[in-house]
Order: sequence, then structure tokens, then C-alpha cells
Amino acid sequence: MKTVASSLLSGFIFGLGLAVSQMIDPARVIGFLDVAGRWDATLLFVMGGALAVTVPGFPVILSRPHPLLAPKFSLPAKTEIDRPLIIGAAIFGVGWGLAGFCPGPALAALASLSPSVVLFVAAMIAGQWLASRVELRSRGASQTVCDDGGQL
Amino acid sequence: MTEPNLIGGLIGGGLIGLASLLLLAVNGRIAGISGILSGLVTGGMPGDRLWRSAFLAGLVAGAGAYALVRGGLPLHFQAQGLWLILAGLLVGFGTRISSGCTSGHGVCGLARRSPRSLLATMTFIFVAVITVFLYRHVFR
Repeated sequence: MKTVASSLLSGFIFGLGLAVSQMIDPARVIGFLDVAGRWDATLLFVMGGALAVTVPGFPVILSRPHPLLAPKFSLPAKTEIDRPLIIGAAIFGVGWGLAGFCPGPALAALASLSPSVVLFVAAMIAGQWLASRVELRSRGASQTVCDDGGQL
Repeated sequence: MTEPNLIGGLIGGGLIGLASLLLLAVNGRIAGISGILSGLVTGGMPGDRLWRSAFLAGLVAGAGAYALVRGGLPLHFQAQGLWLILAGLLVGFGTRISSGCTSGHGVCGLARRSPRSLLATMTFIFVAVITVFLYRHVFR
């Protein structure tokens, strides 16, 4: 139960951060991506602010034998650069550029109760489901590597 | 759009980093939103669904709390209707195939010094910049 509480708190702080930085507003994100328009550096500062915490913090945490309330760290197992990584990132980039929404801000923006956000999130969930079907089909029965279904 | 929100961006980014540290330190999990969501979309164990649901509920509540205090959550959309649906499909499909989004690859992956995450982050930012250029300056 404590792990659920910490997860809830982490999500709350994350959502607050998205709102405070205004990354929740697609126009902010488009402003950053639109290098030929009136460029908005806000997203760069958000990434900078986040990395200023995680870059020094992660190694300290990961040097511990296990998390505070879990038996082990659940980290992505894949290390090789493969086609799905690049193709998937490119497909994501097209969608991100069209809408100015990536998964975090889109889900947090549900708080606005805007029908447009609900529409986008529904489509995003459908897209993830479709991708999981494609993955199932392309993955052979010989696959034995433990895949926890998109750790990141 | 108004002036860049640089101070708010730094503070908000710091909060996002702090949330990622908390989830990793206590639950041993990566705060990657697309991955947390896709674990719910494609099933998984009951105990696994609980922390994922709690995180996403917290995410919406955090933004909602801000909206309550500040009297709203201004959103300005570039795409509408079918374009928005297409964009959502692409974001969902792409993040699932590449195992991560802006938070998982961008914030957490880079902090783990993952070459996969660095390459994914450079790819989606580059492609998004090209997409916005085409959408706003070529086809308009």
C-alpha cells in the first residue's frame, strides 16, 4: 500500500511540474518545435530543470542495493540500438509535432476536462494497443527474453 | 503565445525530476509516462496495475490542483478533429514501439546515460521540428 501512495505522490508532483512549466499547453511545445517561427525556449528549460535533478540523483539511487519499498529496480533490459527504437521515435515525433502533445502532458491535461484532450488520449491508447498487436505478431514464439511490456 | 516561461519551466522541470527520483528511489520504477500507460493498456499483473493507476491518477490530480489554485488550465491546440486523432494514434503507436517518450527517454533515460534513449530523444525532437515546419510554414 505504501508503494501505491508513493506512486500517487510521484504522479502528483509530476503533474504539478507539467502544469507549472506550462508544458501541458500544446502551444508551448509547438513554440519550442517551431524553429522558423517565434521560438520559445521554455521546453529547453524544463528539460534542463528535470535533468539537473535526475542526472546527479539517478546514480546515487541506483548505487543502492534495492529501492526503499521494492525488492529490486525495474529497469529497461534492452541496450542495443534497433529498428523499432528509431522508427517508433520517428513516428512519435510526427504525432508530437502535429499536436504538440506527448503522453505526460496529454494525460495531465485530462484535468481540464477538454473534449479535445479526451479525443487525443483515446487515440493515443488505441495507438498503443495497435502497436502491442503488431509486436505480438512480429515476435516469434522462440522469444524468451523477459519483456515487461514497455518499461519506460 | 505569451513570453517564454523560463522560470516556471525550470521550477516545473525540477518538480518533474523530483517526481522521477521519488518513483525510482521508493518503487524502483522509471517515471516514463508512455510505459506506465502501456502497462495498463496491454494488461499485466493486478499488483502491477495498481501503482500504474495510482501514478496516472496523481498526474491528473497534480495538474488539476494547479488548475484549481490558478483558476484554470489554458490549452491552445494547433491540430483539431481528425488531425488530433491521427496525432494521438501516432504518439501512442510510436512511443510503444520505441519503448518511451519525452519523460522515459528524455528525462530518465538520459539520466541513466542510455545510448538508446539519447538516440530516441534526438530522433523524436528532430522529426517533430521537421513536422512543425511542414505543418506551419509549407502546407499553410
